[in-house]
Amino acid sequence: MSSGQAGIRLPGNPLRDPRDRRIPRVAEPCVLVMFGVTGDLARKKLLPAIYDLANRGLLPPGFSLVGFARREWHDQDFAKLTYEAVREHARTHFRDEVWEQLREGIKFVSGEFSDPEAFDRLAECVNDLDSERGTRGNRAFYLSVPPNQFPVVVGQLDRSGLASTANARGWRRVVIEKPFGHDLSSARDLNDLLATVFPPHSVFRIDHYLGKETVQNLLALRFANTLFEPIWNRGYVDHVQITMAEDIGIGSRAGYYDGIGAARDVIQNHLLQLLALTAMEEPVSFAADALRAEKQKALSAVQIPDDLAEGTARGQYAAGWQGGIPVQGFLAEDGIAPDSVTETYAAIKLGVDTRRWAGVPFYLRTGKRLATRMTEIAVIFQRAPHLPFNATDARELGENALVIRVQPDEGVTLRFGSKVPGSAMEVRDVNMDFAYGESFTESSPEAYERLLLDVLIGDPPLFPGHEEVELSWKILDPIESFWADAGRPEPYLAGSAGPASADAMMARDGRSWRRL
Amino acid sequence: MRTELIDTTASSVRHALMRACQQMGGLTTGVVLNLVVMTDEGEQYDAMKAASQVGREHPCQVLGVIARKLQGPRRLDAEVAVGENSPGQMVLLRIYGELNQHVDSVVTPLLVPDTPVVIWWPGRAPQAPAADPLGLLGQRRITDVAASDDPPRRLLQLAAGYRPGDTDLAWARTTSWRSLLAATLDQPPGEVYEATVSAERDNPSAELMVAWLAGRLLVPVRREVSDGPGVTEVNFLTDGGKIVISRADGRTATLSRPGEPDRYVALHRRDIAELLAEELRRLDPDEVYGEALATMAAIDRQE
Repeated sequence: MSSGQAGIRLPGNPLRDPRDRRIPRVAEPCVLVMFGVTGDLARKKLLPAIYDLANRGLLPPGFSLVGFARREWHDQDFAKLTYEAVREHARTHFRDEVWEQLREGIKFVSGEFSDPEAFDRLAECVNDLDSERGTRGNRAFYLSVPPNQFPVVVGQLDRSGLASTANARGWRRVVIEKPFGHDLSSARDLNDLLATVFPPHSVFRIDHYLGKETVQNLLALRFANTLFEPIWNRGYVDHVQITMAEDIGIGSRAGYYDGIGAARDVIQNHLLQLLALTAMEEPVSFAADALRAEKQKALSAVQIPDDLAEGTARGQYAAGWQGGIPVQGFLAEDGIAPDSVTETYAAIKLGVDTRRWAGVPFYLRTGKRLATRMTEIAVIFQRAPHLPFNATDARELGENALVIRVQPDEGVTLRFGSKVPGSAMEVRDVNMDFAYGESFTESSPEAYERLLLDVLIGDPPLFPGHEEVELSWKILDPIESFWADAGRPEPYLAGSAGPASADAMMARDGRSWRRL
Repeated sequence: MRTELIDTTASSVRHALMRACQQMGGLTTGVVLNLVVMTDEGEQYDAMKAASQVGREHPCQVLGVIARKLQGPRRLDAEVAVGENSPGQMVLLRIYGELNQHVDSVVTPLLVPDTPVVIWWPGRAPQAPAADPLGLLGQRRITDVAASDDPPRRLLQLAAGYRPGDTDLAWARTTSWRSLLAATLDQPPGEVYEATVSAERDNPSAELMVAWLAGRLLVPVRREVSDGPGVTEVNFLTDGGKIVISRADGRTATLSRPGEPDRYVALHRRDIAELLAEELRRLDPDEVYGEALATMAAIDRQE
């Protein structure tokens, strides 16, 4: 028998030591209740992410997963769906023992969202898990359901006592996905609804972009280095372009997409969050409150253009060729009204009225059925004030650019001028590249893994708060109402770079979009 | 692409490496560390394979150093591989004769400059890694006492020669156990007054866990011998009852707490590549390992 004498006793768990960085954060024993388990997102992302977390030893013993859906299913049917999803989409190796550990905690409750009895059964099931699996009353509810179902589900969670912490132990958390409303007032309604049942710190709004390594790397790039921050301002930056281009059409999402459009679908959440992270000041720490405070300040300083006709553009894809395949136009898609005025492409020019950014435009664009799929933040620097070369020598020299590539090929590119080898002094753009994608992907976790773990641990820095959501709608609402009275969006060929009006918007400022 | 060089010099190897990289499109830029593997002909295949698997997570330049005949004429043979099964680049050096006394003179010019160096001895390792001429080059020195004849004695040697930056794969093997134990004590169990670790005889990871628990909990920690595989059980005696984590099959552990249902958790034994990948995730000194070694040595002196 032996007893040691080294070490200083810390309050709390003596086996935890901040210097011991091999030991990961592990969630407490808990139940994750998922609504909408049969959807694409659950099968392709959420269920595989849960397995990957378990495989990496990040889920606690006793972790349980309860599915709730309309289907007449039993536990084993849901386990089978999960198994198939894991086998097909999990990132890490499949191990029987990990699957066994998960499978034992998989339950399914069948019912309609409107059926109180079904929720009573759900409550019973979850309470049983507390005693069977020792989950200690800790519950997370993942609402992977259409927004119009939120009120009824949240109401049922409240009524059945599932969400209540009064007279019960453990924590309650709720996870919701975009859209967080479709304008300011509906976002407030949603928030009010959630607030009646869950306190603000228990609501996790998932924006999977914020779980991506590159987006977190943006914070490291800006605040862990001395190289970039000194030039991260109006003194050196000419403008910023934030792009999310998709090559796919709306697919089977017609019901959701028609009437929502590209700006509400993408700009309100993803692009404005990326803008906030790019434009914000240094947070005092990476704690959730500190990070949110800076993002809120940035968003509240955003100004929309005075002339919305000149500072925005929108389009709708028409039939064309995308990647060698003929594709139909938006109006011909299943479930879309032939006279729909929903935009599938949106570009807006925003200002950020702070000392750092005054006069530097932020151009945001997103679209479907464009030439390629890519998401990036490009910080374009001013041209050198004086070029000591002959005019022809530097004719091919563009502007310096720092590009944070969010997807598909995660990484950072720095573009600068370099001499072309030869006897003449000729300068041309070259790229210096850091590719997360090429070397690190195999083990860099999926965004959903990170985000789900954060929910289970209760660590919210990567989740936007409702203040940010409301600020985003305040930016977008006037633009949407301008568009509503401005007739039809301009058609653009599928597989192109977007409508001509978007190029014209840039040309008016003497700039151009980065080629997709 | 693969190049073989017979009876060569470090600068020729470097040239071949540069040419291969240029032809493959400039791969050196992505390299985040130099991994020097000190191995022999028998174990080199497995070691280099593990290193190349690790290369997927940590793009690295792997330098495998194989000591051939210590007697006879001096010679250096090399194999350069770039872009084969691994994102980084790989060099295998075979060292003959008295050159074995000066391996560092071959390795140093081949290191990617201004990039961390890690030395890994998958098998035999010097008694005090940090005092070794090659060990001196590395900011991280990884040994594996489990590969030696007498692991507990080797651990004590490592403790005696410990310098910040040393680490051993026997310690990495405890990570998933330690993580589970730490998570178990996240839910306050009341006061822990004794702990027990059961494992195969001479299991170095168990010795390290005993020392770690003793140093952190400041309570008596028993060591019991079981048939394995590896560590089979850890338990805590608390004033709320006995908490037991047992793993009989080397794959799935059972967690029993008083007044709660038994729970199962996957706790598989990891392969060398996974352990090595964990080692490379952080390149600063592992102070907690250093403390566990020191506690172990202190316990040994008491006995």
